[in-house]
Amino acid sequence: MEAFNHQITKSLNHQITWLGRLGNNPLAVAGFLIVGLLCLVALSAPWLAPYDPQAIDTWHILESPSRAHLLGTDPLGRDCLSRLIYGARISLLVGIVAVGIATVIGTILGALAGFYGKWTDGLLMRFVDIILCFPSIFLIMAVIAFLEPSILNIMAVIGLTSWMGVARLVRAEFLSLRRRDFVLAARISGASNARIVFSHILPNAVAPILVATTLGVGGAILTESALSFLGIGVQPPTPSWGNMLTEGKDNLEIAWWLSMFPGMAILVTVLGYNLLGEGLRDALDPRIKSD
Amino acid sequence: MALFLYLLKKILTLGPTFLGITIISFMVMHLAPGEPMSLQADFNPKMTPEMRERLRAQYGLDRPLHIQYLQWLKGLAVLDLGRSFSPDRRPVWDKIKERLPVTLLINVLAIGLILVVAVPLGVAAAVRHNSFFDQVTTVLVFIAYAAPAFWVALLLMLYFGVHLGWLPISGLHSLMGYEQMSGWEKLLDWCRHLILPVLVSALGGLAGMSRYTRSSMLEVLRQDYITTARAKGLPERKVIYRHALRNALLPLITILGLSIPGLIGGSVIFESIFAIPGVGQLMWTSVMARDYPLLMGNLVIVSVLTLLGNQLADMGYALADPRIRTGVQTED
Repeated sequence: MEAFNHQITKSLNHQITWLGRLGNNPLAVAGFLIVGLLCLVALSAPWLAPYDPQAIDTWHILESPSRAHLLGTDPLGRDCLSRLIYGARISLLVGIVAVGIATVIGTILGALAGFYGKWTDGLLMRFVDIILCFPSIFLIMAVIAFLEPSILNIMAVIGLTSWMGVARLVRAEFLSLRRRDFVLAARISGASNARIVFSHILPNAVAPILVATTLGVGGAILTESALSFLGIGVQPPTPSWGNMLTEGKDNLEIAWWLSMFPGMAILVTVLGYNLLGEGLRDALDPRIKSD
Repeated sequence: MALFLYLLKKILTLGPTFLGITIISFMVMHLAPGEPMSLQADFNPKMTPEMRERLRAQYGLDRPLHIQYLQWLKGLAVLDLGRSFSPDRRPVWDKIKERLPVTLLINVLAIGLILVVAVPLGVAAAVRHNSFFDQVTTVLVFIAYAAPAFWVALLLMLYFGVHLGWLPISGLHSLMGYEQMSGWEKLLDWCRHLILPVLVSALGGLAGMSRYTRSSMLEVLRQDYITTARAKGLPERKVIYRHALRNALLPLITILGLSIPGLIGGSVIFESIFAIPGVGQLMWTSVMARDYPLLMGNLVIVSVLTLLGNQLADMGYALADPRIRTGVQTED
């Protein structure tokens, strides 16, 4: 019992220390604040946005930033700030759902490969190697060409083409964990494979998965914005930061504000997720420091 | 001998990976909703069911899938990727062939730029670990990594092209007066057009590469043999450039190989922004026109190129590092 209590305090201490380490890292805190603020903006978009993001106003076309329209208006006279705020919803939604899909696929395939090893591992990892040979944007475009470009399809396709990193990571964790004493002990006490995987190995592999997921959201948001920019992602009139930049490109000579602000929004968002991810990596695993 | 065996093993694994690429490309093409034929047929109002069947038979789409795959593979072996759906009906390979050199040129220039800028930057940051310079480059790298390349392209076009008027913002060469230029003027014209695209496509790799160089260098500087070299009284410059850098550069070969898909993928974006007639732009137009043969041809060629690039990087690594080919594990 004594030993057990000791174990609990130890694990509590562990939790406190990694949160503490995260809090002591100013870059990670900045990342956390950016991500938190963005989620808040996305959730409260209807109350924050000064105008209806779709409201066309032909009297105020392509106006530069002013007091009435803080970030100016677009070629249809829509308020850019309001579109930017609603765009946060799309970016975060696509980013998080796509990475969720990728994480589930990657975790399942990685766990299968790492747990069973041998030919299962060989086959699955070969499959990963093959998929990695496709420049992902080419693969995404090939699939999108067959489908209607909708938000749902974009999320699915980005998720389906970005699980390989997670799969490799989970496999490596499983390979090293399945030989540990506590797994052996669980096996001897008669635990089923499913139980060993879900309640013994997987919880120990959560930290690296969390780091990869956080870093992945930034990447997914970048991919979505690039696809929308090219016109094969989120379709107008739904505002997304990527398709807002298409309008910026079309009016490059006359309206700089159309190109400036959506790009900064993407930059800050991706930066936030990357800082948070790197911070989590340093905090959760003091052995692997990024430098 | 060990090297020869290693290379042989590498080449043997190339085959299955290549087959895998073709199978996945073929599956994407045939299992996606709406077969490659239907669009061409849908556009034709006079299409009767019988004509549709005849067309299917003509394209071989009525045969079982595995036969179709073998047929397609046989064509691929002689670079026959079918004909484009576009009105000119030209062979897909011809279309890709004439656009490949531009894309490869830009990517090679970008890789060159990445190596020339990122490696010294990473080394300098590692040598001056935690200095002001190190912190500034770290922040810049984070920003460059998070910035969408197409947005940076827009800003550069806005500033250097529109505002300052220094650089052209689209195409590979000037449209007016290009024919009258002398050889040197033509070259200069090309260079001016290539500056922005190369810069933009190198940006992401630049950030990643300098970061990797930095951490790889820091790792090496911690090793015992560096301490030994310093203890021997070697000048610091010699320690850094002769002893540390050579070892720190090894893992970068692999990183470079892994960054090839990203670079080629990026060409879709910057080629469409800068109106450069390369493979990326071809891919984009084929998606827009739903030109399936062209689309799949692009996908296969680009992924095979990526595979070859990765293999070259692997082999380069084996040539440079004897531990890889002999399979000797070092204790960490």
